[in-house]
Amino acid sequence: MTHAGTHTPARDTGKAAAGAAAPASGRAAPPPAPRRTRTWRLLTPWLFLLAPLTLLITFTYAPIANMVAYSFTDWDGVSPELHYTGAENYAEIFTREDLFQVFWVSGYYLAASVIQTVAALYFATVLSFSIRFRNFFKGVLFFPSLVNGVAIGFVFLYFFQDGGTLDTVLNLFGHQSDRAWLGTPASANVSLAGVSVWRYLGMNFVLFLGAIQSIPGELYEAAELDGAGRWHQFRYVILPGIKPVLTLTVILSVSGSLSAFEIPYIMTGGATGTETFVIQTVKLAFQFNKTGLASAAAVVLLLIILLVTWVQRRLVPDDRADLV
Amino acid sequence: MTRRAVARTLVYLSLIGAALVVLLPLGVVFLTSLKTENETAAGSGALTLPDDPLNFDNYVTAFRDGGMLTAFGNTAFILVVSVGGTVLIGSMTAYAIDRFTFRFRKLVIALFLVAALVPGVTTQVATFQIVHSLGMFDTRWAPIALYMGTDIVSIYIFLQFVRSIPISLDEAARLDGANAFTIYRKIIFPLLKPAIATVVIVKGIAVYNDFYIPFLYMPSQDLGVISTSLFRFKGPYAAHWETISAGAVLVILPTLIVFLALQKYIYNGFTRGATR
Repeated sequence: MTHAGTHTPARDTGKAAAGAAAPASGRAAPPPAPRRTRTWRLLTPWLFLLAPLTLLITFTYAPIANMVAYSFTDWDGVSPELHYTGAENYAEIFTREDLFQVFWVSGYYLAASVIQTVAALYFATVLSFSIRFRNFFKGVLFFPSLVNGVAIGFVFLYFFQDGGTLDTVLNLFGHQSDRAWLGTPASANVSLAGVSVWRYLGMNFVLFLGAIQSIPGELYEAAELDGAGRWHQFRYVILPGIKPVLTLTVILSVSGSLSAFEIPYIMTGGATGTETFVIQTVKLAFQFNKTGLASAAAVVLLLIILLVTWVQRRLVPDDRADLV
Repeated sequence: MTRRAVARTLVYLSLIGAALVVLLPLGVVFLTSLKTENETAAGSGALTLPDDPLNFDNYVTAFRDGGMLTAFGNTAFILVVSVGGTVLIGSMTAYAIDRFTFRFRKLVIALFLVAALVPGVTTQVATFQIVHSLGMFDTRWAPIALYMGTDIVSIYIFLQFVRSIPISLDEAARLDGANAFTIYRKIIFPLLKPAIATVVIVKGIAVYNDFYIPFLYMPSQDLGVISTSLFRFKGPYAAHWETISAGAVLVILPTLIVFLALQKYIYNGFTRGATR
């Protein structure tokens, strides 16, 4: 960065001018002053970064380092003693079927996120053209992403209850229904993944809408002059225009599906085969005191998420400069 | 006429369908919150209207017995301190990174960048031990420190804005004898207002709605925030859907009011916050 250096001359000339203005005071004063200003200048950025870096290291990097260390031990999180057990915890995660099956649950959330992305893309496209009550529909679709997760959990516990909202609505349409939707693993997981679509669709939708609206209007006009219909406009103008946001959504969906926690924990507590990776980790660590094993599980999850991000960056290089 | 009209009708139908899917579950909970215990016990259908539409007894129960007053107080305290801290920390970091050249600058940037890739949920097992050893477990300071310490998105937002402030302003102030702290306080910070609004909205909503961190770090009853206090309804009111519904509505209502009042800023905030 070049501009940052430009402060210093200004400062030095200021000092020099001050020195020149008082020549009568003799030559003893000047030498120590520049050194002190130089140390100050070197220190200033660090004074601004003191609090943020302390927090960053204490609550992000120290935990990661500790977590990796714990993952090779049998620590219970309380006792002063911990034994080094090598890669045993990792072997346990990949071989014990009951620990590994949580990954299959993520599959439901992954499938749901595909539906969610397609639907969000559809609504964003439709609502970027002129439509009546546009702001109303926009608000209604987006609102769920602002709502408290616990409240959403309760709303949908009532919704899926035996004889609850869903059954009532289905009966209204003449479909005789009276069942506990959260009663069997498959239907419970489908229901929970459905809730996550309900909750997060609006966020994707607003991101897509923002990206579509930043596409210059002339592009549509040009496409229209060339005789492109709505579908071709979508395919050749909108889709390429929102590619960065679309790929960001894909990473967020994968990491979101793997780390699903709130909705299943609040609604079922992980019962009837709905336990996700994070619920399992929380239970291992805080209920069964298996800090070592839980840490290994967390490391595995972290590595998967970093891998997905890395693969995505490889496939779609980000041309917008990040930070630097 | 025909093909276009059919397409248009289908589009409107899909939008109305989506609106119903969003509003129906929420609407039913609102209806339930106005019903009496006897009505829900008698198995009144989800879509039937309450006998007395002005029956607010459940809200009183939820508010008083559910400890919602303490919950709103705790949430407000944590929200104000951590959002204020995030604004201060985020803007200072952005100022330091953008306006100075110093040794290890690249490393500092990389540290923040990599941290953005680490999802908070994965490291909680070890973070818990650190919070515990600092003596912050089961105090309001645990969530405050965690919300302030892990917010990378706000640093990105501030960085973009600091970059757009012309450096000639800094230089002019420097010629007038201002030091780095005065420049930050008198020039940069006031010019960051739009970024501050964005961060306050995005962070405020995230903190208000968070469940995971207060659930893990503040198990005490009297330290409940709205999420954890509402979650506790599950035990004592398990079969009392009218009380649970009232609690849920109480929590959703402030969000709805803020959303309706600040719609435009909220949309902008979230597009900016997520895409950086």
